[in-house]
Amino acid sequence: MAANKQAKKIEETFGGYTLHTVPFPAELDEETLKSLKQMGHILIEQPYDITYLHSFGQDSPFFAGLANGHFLVNRDPETGYTYGTPRGHDMESGNETEWQEIAAEGTIHAFTVCHFGSEEFLPECPFVLALIDFPGVDTLFLARIIGLEPEEANLDWIGMRVKGRFRRLSKFKPTDVYFYPLEE
Amino acid sequence: MRSVYAISGGVSKFTKARPDKTFPAIVKEAYDYTLTDIELGHRQFLEVVDGSVASYFSDHFTRQLMAGIMVQDYLGLCPKPGHRVEGGGATGGICFQEAWKAVASGYMDICLAYGFETMSHVATWKGNEFIALASDVSFDYPVGGFYSGYYAMMVTRHMKEFGTTPEQMAYVSVKNHANAAFNPYAQKRQKLTIADVRNAPMVAWPLTRLDICVMSDGAAATILCNDEGLAKLEAVGAQIKRPLVRVTGIGRGTDAMRMADRPHQSFDKFLQHNLLPHEDTAETRSYYQELWEHGFRYPGVHSFRAGRMGSKEAYQNAGIGDPLSELDFIELHDAYTSSEIQTYEDMGLCRYGEGGSFATGGQTFMPGVAYDLDLEQDPVCPVNPSGGLIACGHPVGATGLMQAVFAIWQLQESIGDHFGDRTLQVDGAIRGAIHSHAGTGTYVTVSILEKEA
Repeated sequence: MAANKQAKKIEETFGGYTLHTVPFPAELDEETLKSLKQMGHILIEQPYDITYLHSFGQDSPFFAGLANGHFLVNRDPETGYTYGTPRGHDMESGNETEWQEIAAEGTIHAFTVCHFGSEEFLPECPFVLALIDFPGVDTLFLARIIGLEPEEANLDWIGMRVKGRFRRLSKFKPTDVYFYPLEE
Repeated sequence: MRSVYAISGGVSKFTKARPDKTFPAIVKEAYDYTLTDIELGHRQFLEVVDGSVASYFSDHFTRQLMAGIMVQDYLGLCPKPGHRVEGGGATGGICFQEAWKAVASGYMDICLAYGFETMSHVATWKGNEFIALASDVSFDYPVGGFYSGYYAMMVTRHMKEFGTTPEQMAYVSVKNHANAAFNPYAQKRQKLTIADVRNAPMVAWPLTRLDICVMSDGAAATILCNDEGLAKLEAVGAQIKRPLVRVTGIGRGTDAMRMADRPHQSFDKFLQHNLLPHEDTAETRSYYQELWEHGFRYPGVHSFRAGRMGSKEAYQNAGIGDPLSELDFIELHDAYTSSEIQTYEDMGLCRYGEGGSFATGGQTFMPGVAYDLDLEQDPVCPVNPSGGLIACGHPVGATGLMQAVFAIWQLQESIGDHFGDRTLQVDGAIRGAIHSHAGTGTYVTVSILEKEA
């Protein structure tokens, strides 16, 4: 069965010894030049590392709010349409939105348990990702859920009431707030 | 607008890694195949081709900016006009449509569309990180950026809302892998069971490794032309198959980058903007009304409004009323088994909410392939006869063009020649659709190809 075969493989990783020479014909003549077409390919490692200076721009107050224990949302002043994830302008009216504070308390709209992830998050697997629905808010917010057993994932988690907790030491990331289930 | 014909295509064998060649040389394989199939040499083609459109998704994977011009250069197309397009997973589909626009407008009479991706240049989990950068880096990526995770969230909502099950999704995996067993270009040619899919390692609940497409190295190319271009190609010796394959309609839709922002439209707005003409019956209106009364909101995170709008526009342009009965096959963007099910609904093969049961019914399966599944209905419109992304692989910039190539071959009834086996030929195919999809449903293209009478 293909699936089991896959699970028994050691994951391929980069790294290893550094190689400084490769075999090559001692003499180059018509025959050896032709034989170069049969040569294997050379694979090298090219590291790439860069630090970006990323601005949150007009969304900055949201992160400042998280750092100070406040959960902010954006609202269209005309229609009252409210975005659970900050958005500087409303998509229907084109109006600039205004800030509003809400309680970081809602329900799970959709979720998953990530058993694998992008390289950056692999050490944190398994983790629970969820889109949170806040009462009176029209759109959702993506967050981590703490306190649910990853192996017990089931659809009853949808609709579960959750409450936000703010990190004491802010990282200025959306994960400065995370959610945990409220006892029913 | 001029009639646009898709006359030829080529695909490199999709595989996990192609360290034997650079990306321009891999595209050259697809390009050479495209020309060989119309018995034309490069020099003759150069005499008449007007220009090109290049397609690749990620500068991160190539670690090479302006990779498009490197391909244009390597193929020997300089100094003819060309540009690169990018739109996530839909890059290939967008490329096809941009080439169509160039030819339909008469700006070009003959346009080459080519695309590639070489994803093996980074380790798998780094590759997942690059792909996750195609989500909002302020609000989505830092929370645990992982596309399989995003799609899994859509799945849980689809399951909750409509009762869809992981077993129903597994049918898609079994179908597409079994189809691919007859496609020599496919990366994963496996005979699977529902149990194999469900017992595979869990990636993002409930999606297992066999619910998800793999990363791939590959390229694809296709030639589009109008009547003037056809005459020019034939004048230099091209042997173009008849009946011709014409692109009779294109459509494209978009949606908010962040899944969290997807609006929850009112029932009236849904009827006004998103209902397909064949759904406009009293019975279906009341079916949707009932969904709304139970809390269904459109598009939510379970449906792709971009896919619905792209389909609607393409059907309108091609004069399609009922897609399930009027399309003979569809090659659609099944990056996940679940997204194939979601796309059945967006494309109107069934109604929103019915995708799960539709997936197991049998209508989307191939007639000549043994799936060892209990299917109640006969095939009507095979979906992903090639094996789709799940089994062929998903070298992003090539994928949408690969679909075009397979669609051309279906309509030319030449699958047997190209695959060395006729099993995947949809007999008598007259009209097919290709569907290319980006992000969490941000850009979606739908193009209709038809065999001329």
